[in-house]
Amino acid sequence: MNETGAPVLRARGLRKQYGKGEGLVRAVDDVDLEVASGETVAVTGPSGCGKSTLLHLLGGLDRPTAGELWLTGQRLDRLGERALARLRRDKVGFVFQAFHLMDELTAAENVELPALLAGRSARWSRQRARALLEQVGLADRAGFLPSALSGGQRQRVAIARALVSDPQLVLADEPTGNLDSQATIEVLRLLESLHAAGQTVVIVTHDSRIAATADRMISMRDGSFVDETRLTGGSTGSLGTLAGLNGLTE
Amino acid sequence: MQQEVVLAMLAKEPSHGYQLRARLRQALGPLGEAMNDGQVYVTLTRLEKAGLATSEQSAGLPDRPDRKVYALTAAGQQRVAAWLAEVSWPRPDLAEFHLKLIAAAAAGLADPLSIVDAQRRELLRRLRDAQRAALAEPDGSAAGLLLEGIVLRLQADLHWLEACERNWTPRLTSRKEHR
Repeated sequence: MNETGAPVLRARGLRKQYGKGEGLVRAVDDVDLEVASGETVAVTGPSGCGKSTLLHLLGGLDRPTAGELWLTGQRLDRLGERALARLRRDKVGFVFQAFHLMDELTAAENVELPALLAGRSARWSRQRARALLEQVGLADRAGFLPSALSGGQRQRVAIARALVSDPQLVLADEPTGNLDSQATIEVLRLLESLHAAGQTVVIVTHDSRIAATADRMISMRDGSFVDETRLTGGSTGSLGTLAGLNGLTE
Repeated sequence: MQQEVVLAMLAKEPSHGYQLRARLRQALGPLGEAMNDGQVYVTLTRLEKAGLATSEQSAGLPDRPDRKVYALTAAGQQRVAAWLAEVSWPRPDLAEFHLKLIAAAAAGLADPLSIVDAQRRELLRRLRDAQRAALAEPDGSAAGLLLEGIVLRLQADLHWLEACERNWTPRLTSRKEHR
């Protein structure tokens, strides 16, 4: 844990509703959330509990029906479209279950693209992409098209892309949802290293392994937060007992 | 059979031994068929000796043990409350946890979902420890394989807790509407 000072993300009474009258659904219902700098928070819950909708609200991909939302002290819920788009581009990195890479661009080009769109020079973008691919262990795959990469490698490219603008916040929606167990471990290792580097991350997942990389895990049901678990601080320690080693370790 | 299970089944209302047996059978389904009928009575006698339960003869049928009505003492109630709050793992006793949820709901002593939440908190902390240790091992390490086994078992238990959560959620929706 390396959280300091003001929260990177703060939501108060956040709500998203669809429909009217009898058909009214509150996908996100009165959510309060603070995420400190350097913290990894996982939001879990059954499908349909509203966790993906919440993530879209937090990243400014969708607008709340009610409530207030701040990202690094800037209020999001009242921004105009253009300002919101700029803020998403500069301050938020997104990682999706289905990777959302451009099929006709190489791994390096996919990573560079957001930087170029943000007005960075081609040279800066190229160097940044190279450094990030190195960081995610794919320096030797920079020139490959996504179709030539494994699922785990594609997701690592997507994570590199999410980091290209050095975002204050990374939002990940079921980042291992499409991956087998070996690829999941690759992504888990990467998430741990981001955490160690002080990146602030919010992950939405129903995979308990992913949730277990977080400092805090929040359970969501019917659009509301119902439980919170702090996973760091005070290790429960007894791995030996879990493996059935009681007799040997006493 | 855990003594606390029988005790918690009594928390709903004072009961005859055969009523407790029937409740356990219903909760356990085919698994309850293997249950020794005498076990409930043996346990009740022990609980009474320990001061956790009391019994009264029903009027009219003085000498039949089956006609005794058992009830919790104050100490018994405390023991049940402590048992409900206790988080136990890796004792692989699914039935005990299952009966805990049923007893808690039947007696209105605790919200089954809060019991599920408490168990999940504990398992997640252990999963985090196990996973960190597993990820720190190099590929192909023997210790890594053992740690992976622990991670997978914890995950399986967490999956089952999700199922418990789903099962107990609809029955409590009225609670949310009343809020």
